[in-house]
Amino acid sequence: MRIPCPCCGSRDRREFTYYGASVFLDRPAEDAGLEAWDAYLHLRDNPAGVTRDLWYHDPCQSWIEVERDTVTHAILSTAPVARRRA
Amino acid sequence: MRYSGFRVFTQGLGGNKGWTPAWRRPDPKPDYDIVIIGGGGHGLSTAYYLARNHGLRNIAVLEKGYLGGGNVGRNTTIVRANYFLPGNSEFYSHSLKLWEGLERELNYNVMHSQRGLINLFHSDGQRDAFARRGNAMLAQGDDAVLLDRDGVRRMVPYLDFEQTRFPIYGGLYHPRGGTARHDAVAWGYARGADRLGVDLIQNCEVTGIDIQNGRVTGVQTTRGAIRARKVAMVVAGRSGQVAAMAGMRLPVESHILQAFVTEGLKPVIDHVISFGMGHFYISQSDKGGLVFGGDLDFYASYAARGNLPMVEHVMEAGMTLMPMIGRARLLRSWGGIMDMSPDGSPIIDTTHVDGLYVNTGWNYGGFKAVPASGWCLAHLMATGTPHPVAARFRLDRFRTGRGLMDEEGTGAQHNLH
Repeated sequence: MRIPCPCCGSRDRREFTYYGASVFLDRPAEDAGLEAWDAYLHLRDNPAGVTRDLWYHDPCQSWIEVERDTVTHAILSTAPVARRRA
Repeated sequence: MRYSGFRVFTQGLGGNKGWTPAWRRPDPKPDYDIVIIGGGGHGLSTAYYLARNHGLRNIAVLEKGYLGGGNVGRNTTIVRANYFLPGNSEFYSHSLKLWEGLERELNYNVMHSQRGLINLFHSDGQRDAFARRGNAMLAQGDDAVLLDRDGVRRMVPYLDFEQTRFPIYGGLYHPRGGTARHDAVAWGYARGADRLGVDLIQNCEVTGIDIQNGRVTGVQTTRGAIRARKVAMVVAGRSGQVAAMAGMRLPVESHILQAFVTEGLKPVIDHVISFGMGHFYISQSDKGGLVFGGDLDFYASYAARGNLPMVEHVMEAGMTLMPMIGRARLLRSWGGIMDMSPDGSPIIDTTHVDGLYVNTGWNYGGFKAVPASGWCLAHLMATGTPHPVAARFRLDRFRTGRGLMDEEGTGAQHNLH
């Protein structure tokens, strides 16, 4: 599997560290309540198909949101998390 | 038909023309008391024990493919009860006892072989942790022997004891651990359940779960609607999709785990050996193939196949541990879809929908759990109360933070297991 890094171009999967679903970026407010925090920390859509997850590219030290297919391993798009957060 | 040595002999004399199918292929009825979604090891054993222990008969198992075509037919077949934490420990102990009587119980040869399992350790700290684990196993009533390096060397002299990165200090030996023929476990439970009147319905995919006023009333399938009073979701890696039909999100991520088998060799590895530092474990099948596996690929996947970096890592770990296998040729590799829970322990529980039950979160350890998982889910569905050895497998333990069972000690968080 190769992942196109927005900064470095197409790179080997071994250069990346996986974090998990990109809903991790949508952090609830501190007073959002137990159910919201449970949903955020533990519950997952876990889709068979298109998903968005977070990968860290070690060489350029950037977090990347990757849109990919969990059934075929096809990578559909990648974008730096920094841009989304801006 | 009851199987026996005498039956094999007489069938042999008769040209083997008298064998009959091991189970029926019924069409689904419109109405059942209990529907089990998923015809893998756990679903089939649940159906079997519902009939066998609780006298229930009007049960269907719905399988979208063929019986035992999922993870129960694609794993490294290890059976053990060497868990440390309360909650897991008594459950797997119960499961191993069921394994020990399984062939007589099912009248089916599942080739359960208690060849012993050795978990290697490589530092003083790890030895202390394994001594503690061994004591927990003894306290649970199971067996454990702490071996020093010479003790391990006497049993498995072919390991590389002097490797510089992870020198072998010793091992925790679990004599009652071993392997079983994975397909046969599914087939044995299928045949047993069928003989007790359970309908095993294959090529029948569930496409919806019917819920009225907070109570389950049946399922929609590719072979029509089926009404049911109770429904259990026993679908391992597909738990996310099936639970979504009931409006649920589960604390489960599906990941890929690869396993490998070499060409058949003469008997060389007598035990199950696990090498935790390389996350590598190996045994030899009765056909002679070396069966081994490694760690997750560590990204969400339903592809049922992995990527080459993990293949390379597993081979490196194998070569580090036992250089002699370098000449063996790899025959096959495959990937299973693992239902990973945040703390690495399973879930057997009721849900917010009356009559709907969930059995998931088996991570990479579901095979050895097949008998007890079915036993305990059947108990929960038939009596309405959790079985004592599975009472801690609660769905809400992540929400409440009470009763987490993080056997690895890495933290009860999704990306850490």
